[in-house]
Amino acid sequence: MNEALDLLLRSVFINNLALSFFLGMCTFLAVSKRLDTALGVGLAITCVQTVTVPINNLIYAYILAPGALAWAGLPELDLSFLSLIAFIGVIAAMVQILEMLLEYRVPRLYRALGIFLPLITVNCAILGGTLFMVERAYTFTESVIYGFGTGVGWALAIVLLAAIRERLKYSDIPDGLQGLGMSFMVVGLISLGFMAFSGLG
Amino acid sequence: MDRSNRHALLDPLIDNNPITLQILGLCSALAVTTTLATALTMSLALTTVLTFSSGIISALRRHIPRSVRLIVQITVISSLVVMVDEILQAYAVEMSKRLSVFVSLIVTNCIVLGRTEGFAMQHDVKRSMLDGLGNGLGYSLVLILVGIVRELLGSGTLLGVSVFPLAADGGWFQPLALMLMPPSAFLLIGLLIWALRTWKRAQIEPSELPESALVLSETEAVGDGLARSVR
Repeated sequence: MNEALDLLLRSVFINNLALSFFLGMCTFLAVSKRLDTALGVGLAITCVQTVTVPINNLIYAYILAPGALAWAGLPELDLSFLSLIAFIGVIAAMVQILEMLLEYRVPRLYRALGIFLPLITVNCAILGGTLFMVERAYTFTESVIYGFGTGVGWALAIVLLAAIRERLKYSDIPDGLQGLGMSFMVVGLISLGFMAFSGLG
Repeated sequence: MDRSNRHALLDPLIDNNPITLQILGLCSALAVTTTLATALTMSLALTTVLTFSSGIISALRRHIPRSVRLIVQITVISSLVVMVDEILQAYAVEMSKRLSVFVSLIVTNCIVLGRTEGFAMQHDVKRSMLDGLGNGLGYSLVLILVGIVRELLGSGTLLGVSVFPLAADGGWFQPLALMLMPPSAFLLIGLLIWALRTWKRAQIEPSELPESALVLSETEAVGDGLARSVR
């Protein structure tokens, strides 16, 4: 139980995907102008991440990993070179299924997320989460916690940034820093703040 | 080389740089710049993938049905990335470990998909490849600059060769540990953008205050980037 909590805290704060691994940066900077859209994207990322990381974990463990096809009588087969294409396929399919489910079951959330849902397919935080899961050889339970934790961490970071940027509009910024430049500075400072969490682990 | 080709190659270097102006492909730009060597390797990998995927997509552009074009593009890109990754693992194991997942993440690098979708689908093979090469070089330029600053100030070396003698070895230079940590990448790119926009004033963004009701959704942002790149 302790280890699970440790992994959760670590994936939300210390190894925050956006602030210490720079994943999903394009979305992170492009949709953080307003708090409500940022919240929507954060929610969508958390949902997709919690589903895709465990599914990719199962696919890697039972089909793609070296020797994983032993249950089918093919112990020498190593399909790991296919993993990138398989993962992207799973992510695209999951996003599509989630989109359909939400459209029928929770239309309000579906409308709120709008275009952000399909765009998540090419968000590198999702693929990155899966790749880190493979690199660190997480078990199935760990991958559920890791997927959820990294999703929450990413959402937290974008909501923080959006809250700051909404106020930044009213401040006097040098011309050259206006917009993108200032966002980078702010993210740098938030990231500096998050480094204080590294003592937690 | 005629003018339009030269424009396709040189415009993305400074005037239309993918990182500082189009806001594309930031993840890897920030992550692999702790040393110059990783920045160079990553630049080479991305430029190769970008040039060839633009060429291949452009050659196939009349045969790809519109409805499945994104899937076709992603498949072409990921096959190229797998090749680059396997080559790195075969000839430079150490480097491939240091780059960790970031070589594989070229698949979702928005520069690649942005160029294939925004440029290669409408132009012939030669121009598309030049455009891919140009954007790759623009990306490399930023990576190399940031890589030089971070390695020099963070550990006093360049490509592993000692430039500033460290205080620990009897020299005078006290390395700035912050330069090796994530926040410095954000701050450096922020400063770089500031410097670039002070020089090229046309790139300055208008203040957000007058149109505070304006909602820039990601579609518009991506569409913006694409529109800019088509131009």
